[in-house]
Amino acid sequence: MRWIWIDRFEEFHSGKSATAIKMVSRAEDHLYEQTPLYPVMPHSLILEGLAQTGGILLGEANDFKEKVVLAKITSASFFDHAVPGDELRYIAKLVDIRTEGGLAECQVLKNGTLMAQAEIFFAHVDQSRSQEMALPQENFVFGQGHLSEMIKKARAMTPRDSIDTTTT
Amino acid sequence: MSQDEIFQKVATTLVDALGVDEDEVTKDATLTGDLGAESIDFLDIVFRLEKNFDIKIPRGDLFPDEKLFSDARFVKNGKMTAEGLAELRQRLPFADIDAFAKNPSVKELSSLYTVETIVKYIEGKIR
Repeated sequence: MRWIWIDRFEEFHSGKSATAIKMVSRAEDHLYEQTPLYPVMPHSLILEGLAQTGGILLGEANDFKEKVVLAKITSASFFDHAVPGDELRYIAKLVDIRTEGGLAECQVLKNGTLMAQAEIFFAHVDQSRSQEMALPQENFVFGQGHLSEMIKKARAMTPRDSIDTTTT
Repeated sequence: MSQDEIFQKVATTLVDALGVDEDEVTKDATLTGDLGAESIDFLDIVFRLEKNFDIKIPRGDLFPDEKLFSDARFVKNGKMTAEGLAELRQRLPFADIDAFAKNPSVKELSSLYTVETIVKYIEGKIR
């Protein structure tokens, strides 16, 4: 199994916001590991999906020249849980981007209703630290080709009237 | 902005960044020892201070750049040399380097940072 917790992007506004979709499938093993008799998606994996949405948004803003890592989840609140068949919409908005990292405000909508919100802080790994930590040279988790394809599709699907033409 | 107003804003920043209770944030509370800050929190604190005070904090301005500690002129056997302490005094004029100089172990450097240290730094930035 791959460590990919979003299925596709629905919208992608470079350097600003992104919306990704995750369909919760009954075939996924993680549903049965926490509560075997009542399959629910662990909140930690929902946070991972949010972090992937926000992390890719931040990485793309710098043309993937930086290695983006989840530094910390400053706050997270859940109001519901997700079960097989649910559609989760992960919305990440970049509220701050610096050379050292970025901050994203995130929401999860379950079948259109607010299910969770979180603030996620990302850091750029220094080139020197990256070598110390033996991180791969390419972006990890998602391959560059795979990512480009996802983002390209997202841009094609993003409603034209919601595209900010000042960014690309 | 008065020192008390700066303190209140710094306290709010630390409550948000570190998830501590407001009454834990006293002037002499250390960021790492008393408030449980870890290295990644320092970056978060810098982000929030910039936003809350509408200032720019260049890298290494509030918290020293790690490169300083890999310089053999400044650190020997895990302790800051006299040259290293002089460098710290120059780079961090708002910090109590005299107190740190009594046991200048690099590991103890984080204890330099109290809530008041941050308040003094902000005062210097906005006045």
